[in-house]
Amino acid sequence: MSIKGQAYIMGAYEHPLRDAPDKSTPQIHAECAKGALEDAGLTKDDIDGYFCAGDAPGFGGMSMIDYMGLRNVRHMDSTETGGSSYILHVGHAAQAIAQGKCKVALITLAGRPRQQKFGGFGGGGRPGQLTDGPPEAGFENIYGGTTHNTYAMCAARHMYEYGTTSEQLAWIKVAASHHAQWNEHAMLRDVVTVEDVLNSPMISDPLHRLDCCVVSDGGGALIVTSPEIAASLNRPKVKVIGAGESPKGPMGGHDLDLTHSGALWSGPIAFEEAGVKPSDMKYASIYDSFTITVLMQLEDLGFCEKGQGGKFVADGNLISGVGKLPFNTDGGGLCNNHPTNRGGITKVIEAVRQLRGEAHPKVQVPNCDLAIAHGTGGSLGTRHGSATLIMERE
Amino acid sequence: MSDTKTAPEAQARKIPAPPVTIESKPFWDAAAEGRFLIKRCNSCGKAHWYPRAICPICFSDDTVWEESPGEGVIYAHSVMRRSPTGPFAIGYVTLDEGPAVLTNFVDCDLDALAIGQRVKVRFQDTENGPPVPVFSPI
Repeated sequence: MSIKGQAYIMGAYEHPLRDAPDKSTPQIHAECAKGALEDAGLTKDDIDGYFCAGDAPGFGGMSMIDYMGLRNVRHMDSTETGGSSYILHVGHAAQAIAQGKCKVALITLAGRPRQQKFGGFGGGGRPGQLTDGPPEAGFENIYGGTTHNTYAMCAARHMYEYGTTSEQLAWIKVAASHHAQWNEHAMLRDVVTVEDVLNSPMISDPLHRLDCCVVSDGGGALIVTSPEIAASLNRPKVKVIGAGESPKGPMGGHDLDLTHSGALWSGPIAFEEAGVKPSDMKYASIYDSFTITVLMQLEDLGFCEKGQGGKFVADGNLISGVGKLPFNTDGGGLCNNHPTNRGGITKVIEAVRQLRGEAHPKVQVPNCDLAIAHGTGGSLGTRHGSATLIMERE
Repeated sequence: MSDTKTAPEAQARKIPAPPVTIESKPFWDAAAEGRFLIKRCNSCGKAHWYPRAICPICFSDDTVWEESPGEGVIYAHSVMRRSPTGPFAIGYVTLDEGPAVLTNFVDCDLDALAIGQRVKVRFQDTENGPPVPVFSPI
């Protein structure tokens, strides 16, 4: 579909300041957003697409989305091409609007190069000097938060609200290990038991060492083509049929809900676009930075009712050939790899293997024609970006 | 549950100096005086955390600093056992004013912390920076 005539620029605002010693960079982003919204006659909650480049403090758009409290964002793009980024973003926004991924896109730029004498961007505080990094840094980064203890808080809260147990979480690792034994490249190939997980050292309550993914080098790549080129190639065709995305953050401290992930929104968007439902999935690649990550995302994607994830994953229900939902048949992040601490691409790769029928014979799902790859980046315990992809073998 | 000893003393982990921005400076200036500030929006009436110039609830720029007693309940917490300076507790406190605050819990038996427990703010010194808010059971 061409973007021609599919999108309109309806709001624009240029910040009046040329020397801004009294405002932070996030604040100027927000003031520009406010000005453009007022120019358009729209409100913050109308925004469902956010576009920014490297000048936006934090990672991707997550910090600014959370700073501004953009609760309804369903499309995110932080493509960085320097000064041309924002022109490129208009084109990307038009594509997203034409495809129904969003209706109101916000693009912001802001910065304070004249104030750099007061300190650099990012990093820790320089005693006595002002910095201009991610807006949450001074209020969060100082408390020793890591992925381990912030995800552990999610697990603790999930146990508190729903009675989820460490034994149930352990079943997720057990399933991953059953798959990893067949993967010659997996870091951890030994099959483990629930007891092995519970007896491994406590890292951050209530997560044990075996609740955590591996740390690995490595990487991955994907090629996505047009239907015409796909038809010309001599490989099984894996068709993309649905995609959804969503940010989630505390948004001012009122939306903090550590038992839910952004999959609550990205999942339904992807399933609706694909015209399928969770129970149709033959295979699931679910981001597994920790066992709790899998459990929360399975619930939020709709594979079971909220709070029932513990029962759903128990007793081998995620083991290929044993349970109802074979997951992470490469061994996942829990046993196989987690290249540069970003496991999303390996989730797609194993789903492609399954849909092609090229997974290890011991874990290949028979007649695997529908699969999901889902991931969460950042931290479930603070702010994160969620992405869901539905694929079909053609 | 834990094989690590914990002691009812301030955590050994040193808290680094917080990065202070022009937007957050009033908070840290007040912290240096032992006062805990939050931001409230005059337009929608709601308090939010962390403090921002523009309200993340309604996008009004009419936000004001307000001194808070800094009391609330533990929403969730975790004791990090793998730490070179000994175990420490991270967690969220839901302030009585509404918003949730990420923090550390200090001067307490870390194994006795519980969701729903009432806690109150105090300030812990940092190296070459302003003191930062931490919480202890009341």
